[in-house]
Parts: sequence; C-alpha cells; structure tokens
Amino acid sequence: MIKRLIGAAAALVLTVALAGCGSSSDAGSGGGGDKELVVFAAASLTESFTEIGKLFEKEHAGTTVRFNFAASSALAQQIVQGAPADVFAAASPATMGQVPNVSPEVFVKNSLIIAVPKGNPAKITSLKDLTDPSVKVALCAEQVPCGAAAVKALKAAGITVKPVTLEQDVKATLTKVELGEVDAALVYRTDVKSAAGKVDGIEFPESAQAINDYPIAVLPKAPQPELAKQFVALVRSEQGRSILTRVGFDLP
Amino acid sequence: MTLQAHLVVERPRFLLDIELKVDQGEVVALLGPNGAGKTTALRALAGLTPLSRGRIDLDGESLHDKGPERRPIGMVFQDYLLFPHLSALDNVAFGPRCQGLGKEQARRTAMGWLAQMGLAEYAHAKPRSLSGGQAQRVALARALAVNPRLLLLDEPLSALDAHTRVEIRAQLRHRLAGFAGTCVLVTHDPLEAMVLADRLVVIEGGGIVQQGSPAEVAGNPRTDYVARLVGLNLYQGSADGQAVTLDPSGIVLRVTEHHRGPVFVAFPPSAVALYRERPEGTPRNLWQGRISHIERHGDQVRVSLDGPVRVGADVTPVAVAELGLTPGQQVWVSVKATETHAYPA
Amino acid sequence: MATPRRSSVNPVTGRIPWILVLPALIGLVFLALPMVGLLVRTPWSTLGERLAAPGVLEALRLSLITATCATAACLVFGVPLAWLLARVAFPGRRLVRALVTVPLVLPPVVGGVALLLVLGRRGLVGQWLDQVFGFSLPFTTAGVVVAEAFVAMPFLVISVEGALRAADLRYEEAAATLGASRWTVFRRVTLPLVAPGITAGAVLCWARALGEFGATITFAGNFPGQTQTMPLAVYLALESDPEAAIVLSLVLLVVSVVVLASLRDRWVNSP
Repeated sequence: MIKRLIGAAAALVLTVALAGCGSSSDAGSGGGGDKELVVFAAASLTESFTEIGKLFEKEHAGTTVRFNFAASSALAQQIVQGAPADVFAAASPATMGQVPNVSPEVFVKNSLIIAVPKGNPAKITSLKDLTDPSVKVALCAEQVPCGAAAVKALKAAGITVKPVTLEQDVKATLTKVELGEVDAALVYRTDVKSAAGKVDGIEFPESAQAINDYPIAVLPKAPQPELAKQFVALVRSEQGRSILTRVGFDLP
Repeated sequence: MTLQAHLVVERPRFLLDIELKVDQGEVVALLGPNGAGKTTALRALAGLTPLSRGRIDLDGESLHDKGPERRPIGMVFQDYLLFPHLSALDNVAFGPRCQGLGKEQARRTAMGWLAQMGLAEYAHAKPRSLSGGQAQRVALARALAVNPRLLLLDEPLSALDAHTRVEIRAQLRHRLAGFAGTCVLVTHDPLEAMVLADRLVVIEGGGIVQQGSPAEVAGNPRTDYVARLVGLNLYQGSADGQAVTLDPSGIVLRVTEHHRGPVFVAFPPSAVALYRERPEGTPRNLWQGRISHIERHGDQVRVSLDGPVRVGADVTPVAVAELGLTPGQQVWVSVKATETHAYPA
Repeated sequence: MATPRRSSVNPVTGRIPWILVLPALIGLVFLALPMVGLLVRTPWSTLGERLAAPGVLEALRLSLITATCATAACLVFGVPLAWLLARVAFPGRRLVRALVTVPLVLPPVVGGVALLLVLGRRGLVGQWLDQVFGFSLPFTTAGVVVAEAFVAMPFLVISVEGALRAADLRYEEAAATLGASRWTVFRRVTLPLVAPGITAGAVLCWARALGEFGATITFAGNFPGQTQTMPLAVYLALESDPEAAIVLSLVLLVVSVVVLASLRDRWVNSP
C-alpha cells in the first residue's frame, strides 16, 4: 500500500517534470530549442561542476544545466525513488552501486590530507603524530565516504587513532578544524583547497592507500540522454579535467 | 495597643487621604461604596500597597517602612485566598512556620486554632472541599495564628451566601470581641459594619466623610450614601428655630429641635404619609410629589417620589391598594414633625 | 448526585461540532501517518538482532541520561528566568523575552556553531575554561547536555512564564502578610501553584532534548558511548543502512512515548 503510494507520488513527480521538459522544448523558438539537463552530484563537486555547467551551457545554446548537490548517499536514494535526473556523479563507487543499470566510469580521484588549524598549533607533521593522546583528532564517521577512506588509510599505515569525534560529513569535520576545536582531521584534499586560508593541509604518504574514486554515469531513465552523454564527455575532456585538478582532484 | 495612621495613596485620577486612630481592643469598620478607597486603605495598612505619603504607627513603632512580611499583622482576604495546594492545617501552620517554628510545632499551634474554630475534623481537608463558612473560619484562624497585633479583614463575609452569613457574622463578632489587638475591617454592608464594629469610619471618594459609633452614624447621616445605607431621608437646609428651609427647594419643614444656621434634617421613610386628596385640616410639612418608583421592601412597600423634594415613603401593601398608587401619579406628601431629626451640618 | 446521568449526549456540550472534529482528525492523521510509515517499513524479522547490535543500547542510555540532565539544568536555570520575565519589570524585558526564544528559530546546527564560538576550546568563555581548568566542553557528554539544554530551554521558559502570568498574585500577597519572605513565597506558594505549568514545560523540554540532533553533533561531536545519542546514531545509520535507522528511530519513539505517557498519568492528570 505504502509502496504503491510512494510509487504513485514518484510517478506524479516524474510526469510533472517530464511535462515541464516537454513543454519547454516545444516552446523553444527555432535554434536547438530550450532544454534542461539535470545533474545530481556529490557535494564535494559543487565548485568544479558549477563551472563545468556554465561551460556546457555556453557550448549548448538554449540548454540549462540544473544541479542537485548533496551527500552522494542521499542522491542515490532519490534516484532509486524515481527522481528525474540525467547524470549522477557520486563520491564513491559504493553509493553509485546503489543505482541499478548504470555503467559508471571513474573520472577523478580524491585523496586524503591532514587538515590542521591555521598555523598548525599542535605541530603535526605526519600521520603518526595523530596517535599522540594529547592531540585531538576528528574523523568522518565510517558510514560516510571520507570516514571509510580514513579507516583504510590508517589501517594501511598500521596506526590506531582514537578520535574525539566521528563527524557526519566532511564539511562538519572541516568546521571543527577551522574553529580550532580539534588539532587535526583527515579530510579530502579538495576540501582543504576550498577552505584555503582557514586551514592548512599536510600531505602524508599513506594517503595513496586510500584513494577515493568518483564515478560518473548517464542514468538509464535520463530524459535527455544525448545531452547527458555530452555533459559526461565534457567532464572527462581536457577542459573539464583542468577545472577538476585545479580544485584539488587527482586524475585516475 | 494603638494604631495611628495617615494613609495617602496617589493614583492617576484617585487620591486616598485618610487619618485613622484605632485603640487597643477596638474594632473599626471602614464603610463606603465601591471605589471609595477602603480596600486600598486596608492594603496600605498591610503593606501590600505602598504609601505615597503619610505614616503608620502601632504603639509608637513605625510600620510604613517595613514590608508586609515584617509587619505584626494578620489579614483575612475577601475570598480568603487559602493556598489550594495545602490542607487546612498547613494553611494555618503557614504563618507560624514563617515565624520560625518547626514543622511539628507549627502544626500543633495550627491544630489548636482549628479546634477553637470547631474545625479540627477538617484539618486535613484541602480548601476546595470546604464550605464557604468553613473556609472563612480557616482564613480567620490562619490570620490569628501569627498572633497579630493588627488584624485586617477585607469584606470578611461577602463571599458567603445569605444564610451562612448570618451565622458566621455572629461567630465573627464573638471572635473579634475576644481579640486583644487592634482590628480594622472593610465592608460595604452597613449591617455587617454595625454588628461587627465598635466604630464606623465612612469613606467616600478617598476621604473620610463621617465617623463615630454605629448609633451615631446611623442617627446622624452626613451624606446621601450614609443616609441611603441606614434607610433615612436626608436633607440639608438652614434652621431658624424649629423651621428648616430646605436647599434648594425652599420648602419649610417643621422639626422638634431648635437650631440656627446650616443643619441636616433626617427622617425615616415610615414617617412619611401619602394622600390622594389634600388632607383635611392644615397639617404642616405638606407638599405635592410625583411617584417615580414603587417596590416591595420587606413587608412594606417603598414608594419613591420626586417633585420639589425627593423622598422615600414606606407604606403598607393595603394602603397601596386602597390609594391605588401607580408610578407617575401626583400625591400629597406629609412628614410628621415628631419623627424628624435635625442636627448641625 | 441524585439526578440520573444522561448516557450518550452531554447536556452541556450537546452535539459534536463537525467543523472542529474534521480538521482535528486531519491534524491527527497528519501527525500520526509518518509514524505508520516507519512501522510499515520496519524490518520486523531482524528486529531482535538489530536491537542487540553493539551501540544501540549505549546510544539509548546516553540519550536518556543527557536529556534528563539537560531538563534538570533547564529547570534550575529556566524556572528562575521565567519568574524574572513574568514578575520583575525591568528595562528591556521585551528584548530579553525575544532573546529567550532565539534557540527556537535558530537552525540547531547554527546554534551548535554559536555554542562552539562561545564555549569551544577557542571560544570566548571556552578558552578561559581551557586555560584555567584544562577543561573543554566539546566532545564530552557534558557538551551534549549543554547543546540539548540550549535548544530545549525555551520550551520550559515559555511554558513556565505563561503559568506564572496566569497565576493569581494575591496568593503571594496572602503569604507575605503571614510573614513569608520572598524566597519562602516563591518556594512554598508560587512553585506549587505553577507546578502543572512546570511539569508541562519539563516534559516538552525533555522531549525536545531527546530528539536533539543538529546542535549536539555540531557542538559535542559524535563518538559512541561519549557523545553519540540516538538521533546521531539514526542519522549515521541512514547513510549506510536505512533499515537500521528505522529500527533506532522506533526504539527512540517507543521509549519516549512510554515515558511521556506514564508521566502524564502521574503528574498531569492526577487531581
């Protein structure tokens, strides 16, 4: 009963959205017509994808790119429940795996870095320093991608860290560092870059063991499959890659 | 113990300014219409309303600079204000507890007071399960349990039904007679004032208009309010021997007392006789009036008349029927000189 | 009573006005349906083993302890604050009253950040605490209590202030004429008179503290056994295992409903 209700609601949303798309392309005057591309992307891609989206709109006159940036797991849930999206870019293969019938490709990698408050008051230089009991460390909770990556990296290094907190997402972890509530945290390099000036980043060799792959895929029920393919192509192009590396991502 | 007080309370559009002197063992009633300021005066004595000016001395000790909790007072409120969450016993024990007695000792004291009031069996009852009369006695016990030197009662019987009131009034009179300290009570009921108090202080518009023993006040009303309270017709005029020319009608009344100058003339409604035709002979104190209002008043009928002089007359229902009295009718009014009372204004 | 009681129709209220009942029913359904949704999606077959999972009871115990401590703290500070707002006329009282309601409108996460800025290790007050006592609230169970109390206190203050305003001041005057000091008046007369309001406020306060998420995770962080309360556990479970999240929510719901219902019978409905 409830399932049917949810289904009906999703169908309704879909219908309305489709009708909206349809009418906008109908109303298009000459040219290629007005089209809308819907991209669901992990929150860590906010900066880079917004820029790529603008580029895409410039190259495809009459097309609007609409983004939904959120935690990858939440986006995966929305897609499974029938949200009308064309492209999905996730922060981990695991979350991408929740969406059936897609063929994802890894387009960037994100690696961990030690984030410390400006000036590094606890004088952290290596991953080993985090084991000092007087050093307060924040990690992401294991349930979210950055936490899983941290566990992997620490395990690879053979180090046990007792964090004071397991944060719900990478931004919350970074906030604790910015405010100086913790002496160090393991976050993505892209996050330290976007918080430039507020926190310092310290590279550590063990991060190579916990590289996080970002997969991207055109969704099977994409209302605009052609545009979706073109968008993915732009992300993987030279231009797209230069934008992504600038904000701190590594190439696969 | 003597209370000497000059109470001044200024409010927007209201000024209370009265001087009170109450002797030890004396019960004084502040009597007056609603809004006269009598409750304000009582609250000022209690310290619940601050004085704008003036002073309160009890046996030479000044009270006006103390808060209510530091005054040697006991107060009974109009609707008693028994604490709803405490039993009758704990209500009465509240004051002794505040005076520093231990819980058990305070309860013993309270039990003694309740027993005196004949309420020992209701000691553990909550206020809401008490009758009006019982609650009134608990309130009195609560006020007396702090051994006050000044007892204040605000309309102590007004929350009671008519039947209970008669009974409780008699009991209260007995209690107050046995109270050694000074007592001030406030009421708008003249009967209550006359039964309970040794002396009446009539307050109108924030000031004292008359004071004296109940008999003095009742026999010599000085304002319409007092006259109406005691059921008398009251007029001001100027006397020349036994003839009084009433203001402003100019009608001349014959009275028994000899006076000269401004006087009050008072007579009861029963001293007034009504006639359809001008009565035979030439009785004095006769004029024509118009009936404005007729109403039943005990086993008599009160006929109110206007005309040159507003007057109330008490006649029998038989007389009303025989004379065929109806409102609007013109009748002859006469007053027996022997039942009038004239006194200097 | 000697008069026989009419059985079905109440002589005072008469017929039930549908214009009230209909919206009432819609309101009830609106509030209850999400709970039905949870129940329908509950994985009953694996319920037992999920409840026995490590951390569940720990989080529940921590939630109950911190919510109760937060309520106690709110009572200690909130009741006098409510008294001040209701009984003492001071300049800027309206402003203070508005300030009291700030945690109600502030997104809890922002509240948590604000708490960090004041009580955090580098906060206005917190850095002093850290230097003098070597003590810092974030990431401690005490920090959870602080965050919950911050968010829940307005419920208590508003409820108690309303009760104080509605209470008859003359009882306090009567107590004063009996020789009671202001403190005695407050303790023996005012408090018992507003007890129903305090109880209602404390219940709301406790319920709000029990469900607190945003301010807690922001200010106190999330560490099992230390600062991870049920709502935090629910949130993180939602990331990886939505069914576990439903089970945890259900536990929280059942416990709070049981506690509140029993309190209500004992304190609110008792004569």
